[in-house]
Amino acid sequence: MSDIAEQVKQIVIEHLGVEESKVTPEASFIDDLGADSLDTVELVMAFEEKFGIEIPDDAAEKITTVKDAIEYIEKQKAA
Amino acid sequence: MPDVTPVTSAVATGTLMAGKRGLIMGVANDRSIAWGIARACAAQGAEIAFTYQGEALEKRVRPLAESVGSRLVLPCDVTDDPSVDAVFERLAGEWGALDFLVHAIAWSDKDQLKGHYVDTTRENFLRTLDISCYSFTALCRRAAALMPNGGSLLTLTYLGAERVMPHYNVMGVAKAALEASVRYLAADLGARGIRVNAISAGPIRTLAASGIGDFRYILKWNQYNAPLKRNVTIEEVGGAGMYLLSDLASGVTGEVHHVDCGYHVVGMKAVDAPDITVVKD
Repeated sequence: MSDIAEQVKQIVIEHLGVEESKVTPEASFIDDLGADSLDTVELVMAFEEKFGIEIPDDAAEKITTVKDAIEYIEKQKAA
Repeated sequence: MPDVTPVTSAVATGTLMAGKRGLIMGVANDRSIAWGIARACAAQGAEIAFTYQGEALEKRVRPLAESVGSRLVLPCDVTDDPSVDAVFERLAGEWGALDFLVHAIAWSDKDQLKGHYVDTTRENFLRTLDISCYSFTALCRRAAALMPNGGSLLTLTYLGAERVMPHYNVMGVAKAALEASVRYLAADLGARGIRVNAISAGPIRTLAASGIGDFRYILKWNQYNAPLKRNVTIEEVGGAGMYLLSDLASGVTGEVHHVDCGYHVVGMKAVDAPDITVVKD
């Protein structure tokens, strides 16, 4: 697992207070991890802060799973 | 361009608010401006009650309230008079009197916080003004009834009330009405020793700000062009808020106090500010 993936996972665990085993790449923040709509906004803000990137609203709306977040951040960091 | 002036993120402790009891409305999470004010007041000895609207916010506000020793965390929907009455009845029962109130509440349809103001619908205009402006008046009336020995009432506004800001739209109109309300309320309540003020904070990345289009661009623009060459923190707004709520500001009312790293005095982009563009996919 990449550094970014591990850090994303830690942010999700910490923010949503869920067990590590539940934070699989396919896990949906809302459907599987119990996030509400405010959690999803807060997660995006936490990712932006941690990785020093900007995630515009239209991109943020498409980040619904752990994998979506990791892929988006990896792409931004590689650019 | 790096931040060039020191950022104040410390919360000063002391006794400036010792013995004072206040209601703080509009904390959403630990990034909220209202939370910055709450922490500053608690660190100076204030006893604080909080309100929240709905379960999603309750689960965020409750732990924060507990962290500053608050045991009064009450539901409140400012569009519903009985809900507002219930909060003040509870405060009257618990405390008898109130010393201060912080109103950090605003709402607009997110879809109308981009594009043009001219397209604002009647429905959204009315709801935006009701929640973002009238609610302060409604709360002040009830709070004043619990302030036989005077008090301090505080709301939050933004420069978009005075001048045009991209995407701020109907919220700018609502904030303009709110600032006018501050002046009329100050005049109405002044004879009773009740002060009414607003803080016009610079842009801060809060949950509410996430609803404003191109917010990161606005943040960057302010950072590059404000006299202090950076953005404000919730601790700085918290400190200024605590001052206005405390007796240090006993001679201040009807004021809109800018806590924005000086941005409100600027008339043009700084010569050395870099060109920036809106981030798009």
